[in-house]
Formats: sequence, structure tokens, C-alpha cells
Amino acid sequence: MLHTVNKSPYETNSLSSCLRLARKGHTILLFENGIYGALKGTCFENVVTDALNKYQICVLMPDIEARGMRVDNVITGIKTVDYAEFVDLVASNSTVQAWL
Amino acid sequence: MKFAILVNEGPYQHQASDSAYQFTKAALKKGHEIFRVFFYHDGVNNGTRLTVPPQDDRHVVNRWSELSKENNLDLVVCIAAAQRRGLLDENEAKRHGKNANNIAEGFRISGLGQLIEAGVQSDRLVVFGD
Repeated sequence: MLHTVNKSPYETNSLSSCLRLARKGHTILLFENGIYGALKGTCFENVVTDALNKYQICVLMPDIEARGMRVDNVITGIKTVDYAEFVDLVASNSTVQAWL
Repeated sequence: MKFAILVNEGPYQHQASDSAYQFTKAALKKGHEIFRVFFYHDGVNNGTRLTVPPQDDRHVVNRWSELSKENNLDLVVCIAAAQRRGLLDENEAKRHGKNANNIAEGFRISGLGQLIEAGVQSDRLVVFGD
């Protein structure tokens, strides 16, 4: 199952809800303002790093770059993807849950 | 694979319409079929032809119309959400006694049943919104 999170964890609790309710082995894609959850050096870094033991976490690179950040700012272990790979993630998971 | 896309947010609000557009384009490029793009809630504002953004900005509405023309995309606007927000086609304008319509090329107004059908007929429903 693929979960998409498009809100910053500093804006809403959608990432927290997603991390609480997703099952082991699920994939989580952070995009739009959701990419702020994928950044190093924030108070969310430890939570997200722990979550990497349970889920595959991906982040949409064009949305990282649109906000003036680079791949070096992304927490190690998070996979960077482009739109084509976003499409592949949707295709390879039988359901997609948007945490709006 | 067959995808249905749901857009729940208007243009130039946050990023939902842009993300949905980029996703749709990438899916088409990969050879997937887009069964329908359904515009709901403030998403119906993506379908007004009266938008005039600055020339150096992307034209969200025209971009959808062009993508629809190139790929024969079915762009459907929810009728109840559209009426509330002043989006009318020729028939709706006539039915409500309005002197103009504003629907953009490639879009059509229909009911929520079209969203349900898109969910049933497609392999995946991908939601973009606020």
C-alpha cells in the first residue's frame, strides 16, 4: 500500500497519523510541503529515521528542489524519486491512500 | 494500467493541481491510460476559461485543456460544486437563466457518479488536494 503525504509535519498531523496507522512494509511518499518531513536537522528527524525500520519512505525530488533544498538535505535512507517513479509507485501498490 | 485522478483544490492555491498535472503527464508518458480526471470541491475552478495569469506564470487551466486535446483526456467537473462556484457550460447557463458560460475547452460538467465510475473502472484512484 502506498501512502501519500502532502503536508508539512509542522503544519498538520497528517504525517504523524500516517506513521501511526500504516502497516509494516507499506510505502510512504512525501511530496509538496510533505517534503519538510524528509529533511535532516529537524525535530522530526528521529521520528522519521525510526520509521524507516518499518516503512519504505520516498520523497519527490522536484518538490525538494522547488523549495531550495538538495539531496544532501534529505535524511539518509529516504529514497528520492521523480514523477515517473511516483507513477511506478502508484502502479506497483494495489491501493493509494492520500493523507490530505 | 488505468488511472483515475481526483483534483480537490483550485489552481494557484497550493500545489494540488500542479502535482496532478505533472503526475498525469508522467503517467501518459509511461504508456498508462488516464480513464478520467475528476475535479471536485474548489478543484472545479481549474475549469474556467476566464483565468488570465501573468504571462511569465504557468497557465494552469490552459495546460489542462492542452493535455486533454493532445491525449483525448476526459476532464469532468462536478456539477454541484461548479454551480456553487459560478462555473457553467452553455446548457447550465441556459437552465439557470445566466447570460454567459465560462467552461474551458476540454472540460465537461457532470455528476458525482462519474467519480464513482472512474474509481470502479480504473485500477488506481490517485487523489490530489488540500
